[in-house]
Amino acid sequence: MAQITSPELPPAVETALIKAAGLRKVFPPTRRGGDAFTAVDGIDFEVRRGEVFGFLGPNGAGKSSTMRMIGCVSPVSAGELTILGMDPRVDSSRIKARLGVVPQEDSLDLELRVRENLLIYGRYFGLKRAEIAARTAELLDFVQLADRAESTVEPLSGGMKRRLTIARSLINSPEILILDEPTTGLDPQARHVVWDRLFRLKQAGTTLVLTTHYMDEAEQLCDRLVVMDHGRIAAEGSPRDLIERYSTREVLEIRFAPGSGEQEAAVAKAEGLVHSGERGSIERIEELPDRILLYGADGEAALAAVHGSGITPLASLVRRSSLEDVFLHLTGRTLVD
Amino acid sequence: MTDKLSVPVTGLLTGGASVTPVMADRVVAAFLTNYRRTWRASIFSSVLAPLLGLVALGMSLGKVVDAGPGAHAFGTVDGRPVTYLVFLAPALLANTAMQTALGESMYPVMQAMKWQRQYHAAIASPLSALDIYLGHVTFVTLRILMNSTVFFGVMALFGAVHAAGPAGIGPLLALPAAVLTGVAFCAPTIGWAITQERDTGFSLVFRFVMIPLFLFSGTFFPVSQLPAVIQPLAYATPLWHGVDLCRGLALGTATAGSVAGHVAYLSALVAAGVWYGRRTYRRRLNP
Repeated sequence: MAQITSPELPPAVETALIKAAGLRKVFPPTRRGGDAFTAVDGIDFEVRRGEVFGFLGPNGAGKSSTMRMIGCVSPVSAGELTILGMDPRVDSSRIKARLGVVPQEDSLDLELRVRENLLIYGRYFGLKRAEIAARTAELLDFVQLADRAESTVEPLSGGMKRRLTIARSLINSPEILILDEPTTGLDPQARHVVWDRLFRLKQAGTTLVLTTHYMDEAEQLCDRLVVMDHGRIAAEGSPRDLIERYSTREVLEIRFAPGSGEQEAAVAKAEGLVHSGERGSIERIEELPDRILLYGADGEAALAAVHGSGITPLASLVRRSSLEDVFLHLTGRTLVD
Repeated sequence: MTDKLSVPVTGLLTGGASVTPVMADRVVAAFLTNYRRTWRASIFSSVLAPLLGLVALGMSLGKVVDAGPGAHAFGTVDGRPVTYLVFLAPALLANTAMQTALGESMYPVMQAMKWQRQYHAAIASPLSALDIYLGHVTFVTLRILMNSTVFFGVMALFGAVHAAGPAGIGPLLALPAAVLTGVAFCAPTIGWAITQERDTGFSLVFRFVMIPLFLFSGTFFPVSQLPAVIQPLAYATPLWHGVDLCRGLALGTATAGSVAGHVAYLSALVAAGVWYGRRTYRRRLNP
């Protein structure tokens, strides 16, 4: 068969905008005789053009270190990392010129006006003043801050500052936008505004790479994601895939009076329902400090079976399985500081 | 790139990596935009305070000194004794440069690194850690130039420039000499400030470095008046080199040898500061 090269077919590098293989980040010991710290312990992933790719994981999982390597701020310790077809070790400045970064902590010039913040940042990218002015009007409109252009940044709300940070990150019309916990610390309204704007960016063709520990955020935004834990990738797929693979269709949550000892007794009884083969059969049990989670295909039937086996919970809730269940299943329930 | 200051640098500065243009001017532009908002507040500390010193010490104390037995302690120019005001003014010029340098090289670095994190925004753009370091040093150099120029202008009004030196550009060279003195302080201090986790060290620098230098580096009296044991210490300080250079040029008493020695000392400090700052900035901004 004759090989046909279609002009529409993008070159190989275009399909994977970011490619990592065996990527590692090791921090040297902070003091003499101390231990080196491995933040990222050999991960592989690919981010494709136009998708929203998420890194999920508890604090200290290595998400931010990975993001800083992608952002060409933190040098790669070992392994391969290619961004836009370039090696950050050689071309960090050229890669950074085509990236947008929304950091975890705000880094705005608080004493300056909204417009001046964009001007300074545009100048960092070597853009001309006229170009920056035109982009600024467009971007402030996009993040709904047009009427605040001449306000000083300091008194703005957290949500406004976040939107300004997003506008600033777009000043160079980046091909890839990197967001490190973009909605942490925002109230629900502000989060929805940010999600809406990010979704519009995705619709417009920008590739988004984000970290989050909000499961609803990942489910809302991500086409594909990886769950990281202890510097490694624990699972990879679309939110739906991951739920199917690592959880059941429904979850039954039952609660008991704290300190009554009823919860321990109930766990013992509920063991009998695991793979019982009858109606209300469950797959597995997770015990949390304040409740028991029973994973099964039919939550209402499981609740009936629970009542049938002589367990009388204080409260019960049947819900669909979510990414949070996957997350807890994969990364464990121990509190991470 | 159309930036005027964008010049290619060799592997010496980039540490052997690929040759990239220095884009420090973009950082300078950011600092200047900020400075446009805060310059009024900086006027007192950077310009008025040294001026008040010139009036209080140079004019008032100077009258007493010039009328007393110490009148001939400050050397002669063209056969006439140098007045205390004329002796003091170029030294205060060097001190203005040092104080501006230290004032702009510590808290603003911590502000950009930790409090407002503007450095983190800058390092995410195409700028390198070296661009950010050089940008900050350049901005502080401009501030030193501004404050020293104002001070130098007032010196001239007081007759402390014209009256001293022989005709020619000699006395005018005291201004770039002061700027060099300031840069010799700011280049290493900025590199050090970014390594600090807390700002406690900064007040120690003001108290235990700047004030002793101000008092004992030959600003108010010749170092030869100090106890012989301490004299070598005073001669080793960067401020004494700056003071002696500025004074020598302003009075027209400098020799080619002394100028070369002072300039070499101060330039070496600048070079060492840049070498150090390049390392510390990269370590902190590219962890």
